[in-house]
Amino acid sequence: MATVHDATSSSSPSLEEMWGEPQGLGSWLSTVDHKRIGMKYLVTAMVFLVAGGVESLIMRAQLAQPNLHLISPEVYNQLFTMHGVTMMFLFATPVLSGFGNYLVPLMIGARDMAFPRLNAFGYWVFLASGIFLYSAFLTGHVPDAGWFNYVPLSGPRFAPGINIDFYALGLIFVAISTTAGAINFIVTILKMRAPGMSINRIPIFVWGELAMSFSIVFALPTLTVACVLLELERKFGFHFFDAGHGGDPLLWQHLFWIFGHPEVYIIILPALGMVSALIPTFTGRRMVGYIWIVIAEMATALIGFGVWTHHMFTTGLPQVAISFVALSSFFIAIPSGVQIFAWIATLIAGRPRLKTPMLFVLGFLLVFVIGGLSGVMFAAVPFDQQVHDSYFVIAHFHYVMVGGLLFPLFGALYYWLPKMTGRMMGEGLGKWSFWTMFAGFNVCFFPMHVMGILGQPRRTYTYQAGLGWTGPNLISTIGAFLLGLGIALTFWNWVWSRWHGAPAGNDPWGGDTLEWATTSPPPEYNFETIPTVASLEPTWDQPNLRDGAQPPEAGGRPLLGGHLTLSTSLLDGTPRAVVFMPHATLAPVIASLGLLVGFWGVVFGAWLLAGVGATVFAGGMIDWFWPRHQTQET
Amino acid sequence: MLRADGLGALDIERFWWILFGISAAVFAIVLGLMMVALARRHRPVPADEAAGKHPEDEPAWGGSFILFSGVVVPAIILAGTFGLTLHEMNVLSSPGHHAAMTITVTGHDWWWEARYPGGAITANEIHIPTGEVVRVRLLTADVIHSFWVPQLQTKTDMIPGRTNETWLETGQPGRYRGQCAQFCGLQHAHMIFYVVADPPDTFATWLAGQAQPAPPPTGALATAGEQIFTTQTCAGCHAIRGTSAAARIGPDLTHIASRQTIGAGVLDNTAGNLAAWITDPQHAKPGADMPPTDLTPDQVQALVAYLQTLN
Amino acid sequence: MAITHATSDVPEVDPLVPTGAPGELLPGYASGPDSFGFWGMLGLITTEALLFSSLIASYFYLRFRAGPHHWPPAGIAPPELTLPLIMTAILWSSSIPVHLADHAIRRGSQRGLRLGLLGGFLLGATFLGLQLIVEYPKTLDLFTPRTNAYGSLFFTLTGFHGFHVLVGLAISVFVQIRAWQGAFDRHRHLMVRNFAMYWHFVDAVWALILCTVYLSPRL
Repeated sequence: MATVHDATSSSSPSLEEMWGEPQGLGSWLSTVDHKRIGMKYLVTAMVFLVAGGVESLIMRAQLAQPNLHLISPEVYNQLFTMHGVTMMFLFATPVLSGFGNYLVPLMIGARDMAFPRLNAFGYWVFLASGIFLYSAFLTGHVPDAGWFNYVPLSGPRFAPGINIDFYALGLIFVAISTTAGAINFIVTILKMRAPGMSINRIPIFVWGELAMSFSIVFALPTLTVACVLLELERKFGFHFFDAGHGGDPLLWQHLFWIFGHPEVYIIILPALGMVSALIPTFTGRRMVGYIWIVIAEMATALIGFGVWTHHMFTTGLPQVAISFVALSSFFIAIPSGVQIFAWIATLIAGRPRLKTPMLFVLGFLLVFVIGGLSGVMFAAVPFDQQVHDSYFVIAHFHYVMVGGLLFPLFGALYYWLPKMTGRMMGEGLGKWSFWTMFAGFNVCFFPMHVMGILGQPRRTYTYQAGLGWTGPNLISTIGAFLLGLGIALTFWNWVWSRWHGAPAGNDPWGGDTLEWATTSPPPEYNFETIPTVASLEPTWDQPNLRDGAQPPEAGGRPLLGGHLTLSTSLLDGTPRAVVFMPHATLAPVIASLGLLVGFWGVVFGAWLLAGVGATVFAGGMIDWFWPRHQTQET
Repeated sequence: MLRADGLGALDIERFWWILFGISAAVFAIVLGLMMVALARRHRPVPADEAAGKHPEDEPAWGGSFILFSGVVVPAIILAGTFGLTLHEMNVLSSPGHHAAMTITVTGHDWWWEARYPGGAITANEIHIPTGEVVRVRLLTADVIHSFWVPQLQTKTDMIPGRTNETWLETGQPGRYRGQCAQFCGLQHAHMIFYVVADPPDTFATWLAGQAQPAPPPTGALATAGEQIFTTQTCAGCHAIRGTSAAARIGPDLTHIASRQTIGAGVLDNTAGNLAAWITDPQHAKPGADMPPTDLTPDQVQALVAYLQTLN
Repeated sequence: MAITHATSDVPEVDPLVPTGAPGELLPGYASGPDSFGFWGMLGLITTEALLFSSLIASYFYLRFRAGPHHWPPAGIAPPELTLPLIMTAILWSSSIPVHLADHAIRRGSQRGLRLGLLGGFLLGATFLGLQLIVEYPKTLDLFTPRTNAYGSLFFTLTGFHGFHVLVGLAISVFVQIRAWQGAFDRHRHLMVRNFAMYWHFVDAVWALILCTVYLSPRL
């Protein structure tokens, strides 16, 4: 057998033939193209953003005035629980997986993610877990103990229905997707960077996705364990959280927040990476302090594991323990400060162009600084003990999460959607959307600081008149609807641009990273030749990258010998091996369907159904690993 | 802004203004720098940049700017705030150690029980003497609750299997609103209580009165009411010291007429509200443990008349 | 030109693939740190290790919460050690044939691969059998998972580990079928290597379970 293959043979199939996938429904189910999967992530996550947003608008309507009865207390508790679960697990994390999925291989010059089928599996499990969690509405047993789900309120004694089972199993379910995605990102970023992209030439957004992925791998198992223990206690009568049998309710809180605090950074770090991607493009200046930002992102991810107890300052923990946590909670502000001032330095050194994506970045900066400052206040223990679980907290974390995630995300949407669809979004409508969102956001959430300081506790379905809370609540409700309108404008812009947007061309903004070198939308194989990179801003510095076709004599590698991509070394990105990539397959969607059926079986105690689900899952897995084409996944 | 009236809350209020001041200053600096960047954006473009070349080097001031404003200054501010925090923690924890009196407060779904030295038991109303530090032991009968009187003191959780402590102190006689601050289920929104601060001698008189059993009813209507209370479902959950009703599931009603609200702050304590509450508590507080009664209007009237004698 | 691979062929030299860069040929079948699968398995093992860590942390949290003289709780004797130590010896020795199998296929020895995998499987199955058939019934006579937190932790930690052994055995079956089909050779054996990594991990983590569940209550 010949062991060296001749790539120059004229009978060689083109890249289109090797990488192209048929269109249509079947292909939509079986695709392993990171770009199509990324787009599915993005759209699905946005659907969940709408669901979570509608939930919050119903709550704000209920709270517009004291003693309203638009919805019952049951429904209110269900809504704020599902709002939190949706926004955290079904919107924020997946939407970043979506952007990451689409952009990371393009930014690092790869042809796909490291594990394309695992990637598809991650998406389908995400969708299935979302369907699973929302199917609770059909049964009428919707989780209602908050996204933090404290025991014993969520334990078998005080929540005997199956509502909390939807929560615990749903989170275990979605964790499968998130973990699979995280491992995929880590391997992709470590092993698939284009030749020459040494560790100091990785785009900051990619660093952000890497920090997020490491945080997921290290933090998420704790939540999974917490949920497993809770299910054992609820369904099988085990004791972990039950003080009467040697358990302790605080164990849940520790496990939950060991995950829960890093989760904040899981969401924030890639979003900050987006900011770092947009600022050089719109200032025309290389990022000032690249290395500072990278170290700051990693430091944040690391210190994020040492501050979970600051969610528990009111539980009566020993003062000494509290002091240490307060210390780390103060000092986690420093890496954020470093990033903020590096951005400001770049803004000053360059010339900001106030396009829509840049407006979102500037809006983000103001909102995020306020959220960061109120976050520092929470490290001041006595102040935390005063406003903990009041509306002040809601104000704070929405400034951090909406400010730190939603604004960068919408900026990123205006920035990268032209790359994904080939069409520009409307600039005028974009500016309208930004200003409406910016105004609506601040009108909605700034008054909540005041409500909290005036003593309004959170998670209450109504409140009494005459306490000074009525005015701020009404203003906040008006702001919420304004924010909703602003978001809707961007969604409309998205739809409009699909048909009416101006053609984007390869590089409408003058971007600095590799994705701008190829066409919009990129071909299935991303780049005609896998480029050799010589700079942190390759598209600015290497004119030979144009159209994603660096000529072989300039370092481009066509890899024509099959469905191939390159494996490069960890630190300096030297080519090490050629990797055979898998083709489209239905195995991931079948395995996910099996899981969905299985989880339904467990939640209803229908063990036969669970068995059917497990069998389908096992079938999907065997089909997956039974290689018909040689791939590196086996 | 906090409308603080207690030692603890006054301290926090001072602390808050310091934190707010620092934050406002930092925000103003960031905003100012952003404005500088925006104002300079129309400055002339050098020829090579205009030709599409991107400047190679970092500005000379870049590294030191980030180091100074992103690390050094924040570290100094944060270290100072941390020191202040330790100081405040110390200030807030110490008074509880030398309190003369301890009140035990137990959180229930969705009301509060307070037990005093000498046997007095109240619900949803905690009386304290002014000018004295009162220690509060915090327990729960079911799920996690959190004890919070915003104008007097920070919050402390009530956790199954644990006993937490806090303290209250105020120099001002008055009525201070408190509310459960940890989500505890359906009626978390209506788990309200009041702290009533009275001068020490008024408080002593009140405490002695509350420790007494209920007086025997006078008058036919009230006597009938007592009969109904002890023989109907009421006595299955509630206690009135001095009668045969001794259950401990619901609030102790021995001196219910002395309280200002019913249903943990849901309704003012008037005859009409009391009748409405007894007839259908689920209307005012859906999900509360107390079931609707099938008493006739006459019976309710007698019961209310009796309860109103319990001063 | 498509690349075809007859699984029965055992190429003597590493198959090289041209990248299109002038004169550049790179290995077409990486295993170890040059492959993606190696790093993927490392990621999976890391996240699994964190699952075990969280469980063990929960164990010690509740133990210290119970206080120094209440573990195991009154009425429950500290666990017997003889059987668990025998089980430990069996489980740990199962890593040896798996390791040999892994190295056999790197030399191209199909026989060594098949025998090693089978040996590892049998030892692992013996461990699981002892746990389910002897150790658990014996323990259930003393306490159950519903007795108290101690019982719940005992069965959760050991059961979670046992479940991993079971998954390892299932993967072993799959790899063995592939091995008998001749799917692996000295260049293509990523699945064997990844299985070996997983198996060694499951064996290694047993050390923590042993110390936590069986040894620590005696301290």
